[in-house]
Amino acid sequence: MSKKVPKKAYEQTFSYRVKRWLDGAKDPYLDVVEMKPQPEFKESRVVSEEQKEEKKHLRERIYDTEHNAELRIFRKIYHIFCVMFCVFLMFMLLTAVSYLPTVGHEDRPANNEVSERYIESGLQETGAVNIVTGMILDYRAFDTLGESHVLFVATCTVLILLRLDGKKGRNAVGMEPENDRTFEPKDDVILQTVARILVPPIVIFGIYVILCGHLGPGGGFSGGAIIGAGLILYLNAFGFAKTERFFKASTYKKLSFTALACYTFSKCYSFYTGANHIESVIPLGTPGAILSSGLILVLNICVGIVVAGTMYTFYVMFRKGAY
Amino acid sequence: MDLANLLSNYEEAVAMILFGIGFSNLLLQKNLIKKIIGLNIMDTAMYLFLALKGYIEGHKAPIVVDGVQSVEAYINPIPSGLVLTGIVVSVSVSALMLSLTIRLYRRYHTLDLDEITTRLKKEGL
Repeated sequence: MSKKVPKKAYEQTFSYRVKRWLDGAKDPYLDVVEMKPQPEFKESRVVSEEQKEEKKHLRERIYDTEHNAELRIFRKIYHIFCVMFCVFLMFMLLTAVSYLPTVGHEDRPANNEVSERYIESGLQETGAVNIVTGMILDYRAFDTLGESHVLFVATCTVLILLRLDGKKGRNAVGMEPENDRTFEPKDDVILQTVARILVPPIVIFGIYVILCGHLGPGGGFSGGAIIGAGLILYLNAFGFAKTERFFKASTYKKLSFTALACYTFSKCYSFYTGANHIESVIPLGTPGAILSSGLILVLNICVGIVVAGTMYTFYVMFRKGAY
Repeated sequence: MDLANLLSNYEEAVAMILFGIGFSNLLLQKNLIKKIIGLNIMDTAMYLFLALKGYIEGHKAPIVVDGVQSVEAYINPIPSGLVLTGIVVSVSVSALMLSLTIRLYRRYHTLDLDEITTRLKKEGL
């Protein structure tokens, strides 16, 4: 609006009308088109409530387990069919087993050229003394990557399902939570003394199992489970106030994410080099040394971190009062 | 049905019987936690069966000792790896089911599946 044109003159210009239309200040149909207000639809209140009651009663009649004969008969038939099906299934499985080759025999079809290859050239190709570790973290590392992700996704789902909401401490369903934190700190002398003695060896043993996964029995999964058990013992003895100093939900997420990303990228590298027949720069080392077998040690540590965090998080979420 | 062979394969027969026990638990129990226990028994039966698939009598665990690398020395390593996969998946699935059970218990204050379904239907959901 320019200052030269007075307001009245401006109000009659086209641009003013366009501006009003744009702002929505004037309804162009109001007072122009004849309109009849629509009567609001109202269900007769009595009828709707009667219908509701009736529906409810009908439902209760249908699903009343004590008086509904049909339901009882159905349940009996279900049980009979279940038993019959289970017996039939067991009979079928046992019949199948009776035609299988003998257990512990060398000529079974499961012992074919694949396992022969793994045993005969696994040490040279992966550098791991433990052939199973060499298999799951080198030949079949994609499978193990999926496994770690399955664990991570499961933990995320449990975190979503069992979390306690907000500042009020109410959980997602709206019930007052019975929180285990209210009973802390428990001054259980026996438990605390035992934990003080046992937790460090447990964690150190877990680290040993992870680091020696390629040299002997062990690996990321078992070692991670041991470390998780140590953390759970520590939590039980000393309570949340102590464990939350170093392990929270965000810590778990960061650790897991870092470990999974590390796993994925290192495996991407080895898949890329392997598929394109490029010589990998990662040396295999002397078999039997702790720093050997290429990426397997790194992958074991990654898997161990994920598993330890998962075990601990499962425990924390399943007791009352989450992270 | 070859009974003599079944008796010589008695380990696998035990695995199958365990599987059947777990399955009947899964179908017949009303309690949700017991159902999950049944599923875990089925898992365990599968581990036993897989481990027996790779077992060769007189052979050792597949960890190379003294540079011996022949098929005659070690058992089959592949089923061991498969058992590992199975354990991980079973742990995840059990945790997921247990957390869902906790949610159901918070809502209905019971673990009886029949009662939960009845109440669900009464509420018209």
